[in-house]
Amino acid sequence: MKSPEFDYIKVRTIEHALSLLANHGDEARVLAGGQSLLPALNMRLSEPSLLIDIGGIDALRGIQVTQNALRIGALTTHTDIENSALVAQHAPLLKLAVGHIAHRAIRNSGTWGGSIANADPAAEWPCCLLALDGTVIAQGPQGERRIAAADFFTGLYTTELADDEILLACDIPLAQRDDWFGFQELARRHGDYAIAGLAMHLHFAGPVVQSARLSWLGLNSTTLRSRQTEALLVGKPLDAVTLELVAASLREELDPIADLTNTGATKKHLATVLARRLLTQANATRQSVAA
Amino acid sequence: MAELQTIRLHVNGHVHTCSVPPRLHLVDMLRDELGLKGSHLGCEHGVCGACTVEVDGRAVRGCLTLAVQADGKQVRTVEGLADFPDARALQESFIKHNALQCGFCTPGMLLAARELIQHKPDATREEVREWMSGNYCRCTGYHAIVDAVCEVLAQRHQESAA
Repeated sequence: MKSPEFDYIKVRTIEHALSLLANHGDEARVLAGGQSLLPALNMRLSEPSLLIDIGGIDALRGIQVTQNALRIGALTTHTDIENSALVAQHAPLLKLAVGHIAHRAIRNSGTWGGSIANADPAAEWPCCLLALDGTVIAQGPQGERRIAAADFFTGLYTTELADDEILLACDIPLAQRDDWFGFQELARRHGDYAIAGLAMHLHFAGPVVQSARLSWLGLNSTTLRSRQTEALLVGKPLDAVTLELVAASLREELDPIADLTNTGATKKHLATVLARRLLTQANATRQSVAA
Repeated sequence: MAELQTIRLHVNGHVHTCSVPPRLHLVDMLRDELGLKGSHLGCEHGVCGACTVEVDGRAVRGCLTLAVQADGKQVRTVEGLADFPDARALQESFIKHNALQCGFCTPGMLLAARELIQHKPDATREEVREWMSGNYCRCTGYHAIVDAVCEVLAQRHQESAA
């Protein structure tokens, strides 16, 4: 399987990339790490006439702490995130999730921004960005704008990003003292697309949950939160009663779509398994903090 | 016909200048333009790992990297590994443990394992299994491969302790 033919331009500046996007419209695709785009081309699921390679724009690479956020540049690779002490300290959820992304050789090339902009419903980064209530920073002909993660992922491989915009970076609120983060997914083989996955961000006040975000991957056509169940968790300790309430709430709230090997009902069940596992972990951690 | 791009890259320490169509994968360029047939093509969509090569010191999928993306970079393939003691130790350990049968996956395995040895010298067996999980082998059942990699890690520990 080889790609169809396309033209290729390696740009050195965002401005050049934006002018090419403006001129070529949806005939052009932006190439970052290529770990989703190149398989799609090889399998001829996508046939752009031009690839705009932004891989040489060094300003888009890197991780830094700004006043109140961790900023991850679009071209930062999954391996960079895996190795980053700043991520471990300020966004530990990403550290928990990164090992689930494909395999090392793919993590060496694949990028944060590529994963966010591609918006694969089974991908880890969109799910984490949603759980962390992060913000996407994009640039278009009219300048820069910020888009909340909650508004960004609009459908299957579809985002708020306009055709003439490029994702520059994301801002992630810095982890606080009483935050707890968990990530788990179920896949048939390590590194494969998950059947179901859950990114959880809890904020505690003593033993009780003060706020909760449960963000899912692999269940529907886009990553999504279960807000009804999140609301139910507020003000509750993570005891056996709460776990049952959560499972019941998820069964009511979630409506997963079947894939080739799993029915919607299976996925729904697996979602409750993931929630139980993570809430049990969270509770154990809080107990040991209190002890 | 898409316009050819002229690229210049180092492959196993030698400089090459080639004119390539943009859609040409790095692994196809290595095999067909430079005659380096050691990197293999399996699935061509990033799943099997047979095409694994090193670009600027990191293992990548040769089928998910365009040749034009490697412009100006340092590429290493299995043909260029013999100069390195860590790679030679891996090759010897693979032979000792029967960690290959048909050998189709072995170049990719060696490249992946070499990055592990360099970046995770303290890896546990479980971590070795996880690291190598991106490379398919249809002959060995993997245990021998994991044994071979673990033995090299242990040898290097002994050497550094000595």
